[in-house]
Amino acid sequence: MEPFSTIKAVAIPLMQINVDTDCIIPSREMGKVSKTGLGEGLFAGWRYKGTSGREINSEFILNDAKYKQAQILLSGSNFGCGSSREHAVWAMVEYGFKVIIAPSFGSIFYNNCIGNGLLPIILAEKDVISLADWIVEDPQKNRLTINLEKQTVSGPEVMAYYFELAEQHKNMLQKGYDVIDLTLLRQDEIAAFENQDMKNRLWAKLI
Amino acid sequence: MVHLTLFEKLWNAHVVADLGEGAALLYIDRIFLHERTGSIALKGLVEKKRVIRHPESVFCTIDHIVDTLPGRTDDTLVEGGKAFIQTTRASARAAGITFYDIGDARQGIVHVISPEQAIVLPGLTLVCPDSHTCTQGAFGALAWGVGSTEVEHAMSTNTLRVKKPKTMGVSFNGTLMAGVTAKDMILHLIAAYTAAGASGYAVEFYGDAVADLTMEARMTLCNMAVEFGAFTGIIAPDDKVIDYIKGRPYAPKGENWQRALEYWQNLKSDKKALFDKKITIEASAIKPMITWGTNPGQAIAIDGQVPFPAQIRDDHQRAAAEKALAYMDIAPGTYLTELTIGGAFIGSCTNSRLPDLRKAGKILKGRKVAKGVRAICVPGSSQIKRQAEAEGLDKIFIEAGFEWRESGCSMCFYAGGESFGFEERVVTSTNRNFESRQGPRTRSHLASPETVAVSAIMGRIASLSDLNEEVGNGTL
Ligand code: SF4
Repeated sequence: MEPFSTIKAVAIPLMQINVDTDCIIPSREMGKVSKTGLGEGLFAGWRYKGTSGREINSEFILNDAKYKQAQILLSGSNFGCGSSREHAVWAMVEYGFKVIIAPSFGSIFYNNCIGNGLLPIILAEKDVISLADWIVEDPQKNRLTINLEKQTVSGPEVMAYYFELAEQHKNMLQKGYDVIDLTLLRQDEIAAFENQDMKNRLWAKLI
Repeated sequence: MVHLTLFEKLWNAHVVADLGEGAALLYIDRIFLHERTGSIALKGLVEKKRVIRHPESVFCTIDHIVDTLPGRTDDTLVEGGKAFIQTTRASARAAGITFYDIGDARQGIVHVISPEQAIVLPGLTLVCPDSHTCTQGAFGALAWGVGSTEVEHAMSTNTLRVKKPKTMGVSFNGTLMAGVTAKDMILHLIAAYTAAGASGYAVEFYGDAVADLTMEARMTLCNMAVEFGAFTGIIAPDDKVIDYIKGRPYAPKGENWQRALEYWQNLKSDKKALFDKKITIEASAIKPMITWGTNPGQAIAIDGQVPFPAQIRDDHQRAAAEKALAYMDIAPGTYLTELTIGGAFIGSCTNSRLPDLRKAGKILKGRKVAKGVRAICVPGSSQIKRQAEAEGLDKIFIEAGFEWRESGCSMCFYAGGESFGFEERVVTSTNRNFESRQGPRTRSHLASPETVAVSAIMGRIASLSDLNEEVGNGTL
């Protein structure tokens, strides 16, 4: 995973609530036992015309040249609700997104983001809306700067918004750690728990 | 003395290490996989040369992509689906985990067979790379859906890093009216508090109306906790849970059964425990529900009118309603019972257990599915299918004009294989009415299996009382 520090990039406001993971990547786009090859399927149901083809739907915001090379997505509350498919995050990362800003996220999706170096930022709804309003004026010019160290979202003419992020999540994103490797360093603690647990909950063991 | 909620007790018993800021490294007792996402997780482990810490704690089924047509093999109508099935089989065998293959008498939808085998038990943690893992919270276990990377984490370490959610208590007081089901309870709750209403919370369901539910109905209730935005849903274990589990393959035996019973005694919220948020619902006020839109919160009583978006004050909710009505091809203010349907589906981890099939069967007996309606029933597990057949339910369904299938997820979700057809209107006992969830631009209306059965017969969205009116009194 690539370490995350600061980015300045074009942002796309996809201002809908409850954007679910079936919308982010339809099931039919997950045709291989693989974590890659998914960027093309991102928002396929909206990005393309019809249901399985690749004819561009020019009305969908992702296809609007104004938002070329966007790396930040703004959306409404409960972004990434629904299915646990990590493909939704893999597809967003592969497409080039680095940050998602929304008032709230589906909880499985949020964790999947952290595990894949995609920064989920929670801001108050009114703040997301005012950012979106400012961006649409001139998306290529009105770029957002995301500073992970300071935990801020800012732009040349907008004040910096502070966002909360758990220290361990920040740490993982900044260092680009593989979280499984980190936990594997705690084998002793896990073994100690298991020893004690054999006494407390012998009935729960499958041995 | 500290007063704890059930959730906090389950949480505390599994903390391996405190990670600060309310996060913990939690011990994971059981892990379940299926071929759709499990295949990728197993492959991920091999690629990173990681080992499974306790292979005996990991189980895997084939349910998502496999065909449900009789005589099925590894070939499936889902393009590329065969690779998922075969990769999963090969990886599961190589990893030495318990695997329920096609043709195994125990095969079925993951959240249906885990309780059948008593792999889930009160007081355990269980994860699966599948969002409806919360179904199993009905047993007083902490069970939740995770991503592929997280399940790799769980398999390699039997732990997960989890940020502690807040707690919400949802009480259903009083008694349900006749003909109202657990599906109606959860749709009523989500409609009242929105699909994000429990975002950030672990929800405990309790109250008389919950205590009255069968285990199967409690699973329906917990199944859709995730559609309410919750981390998971749980219900404190009682005698019904114990009766259900006793004697099943992975239930504790002998002395361990006694130890378990003792441990489970304490698995309930203390009387004075405080939830971060509480909701109370009068069960008697709940009517049979059905969705009209594209998220499960967009639901109304079946005899009601869909909203006029212009009257919705919240900008986002109004925009969402407009978009949903356009997608569903429904005019504002329509009575849903005016809409004709082309599909009827009884299946999924929400509503495909034996009591669901019995209730639908009672309605279908001696009747016929309306012309122009394609009706399908997919039992939740191979075991349920056999039990239903032993009772003759299969004949009732088939004679009524339903297809009777092998067990699996089937048309609960579209993976590129079978679907009801472009823009088809479907009444379905499943849990998600998202755009194109059941096939390219299908229009899904979520409801109870009873409502699906009645609608299939009437050829339009209809409730039990519509059917009674049509055929005169006293038939049902
Ligand atoms: S039945 Fe549907 S909701 Fe349940 S696990 Fe299968 S695909 Fe998911």
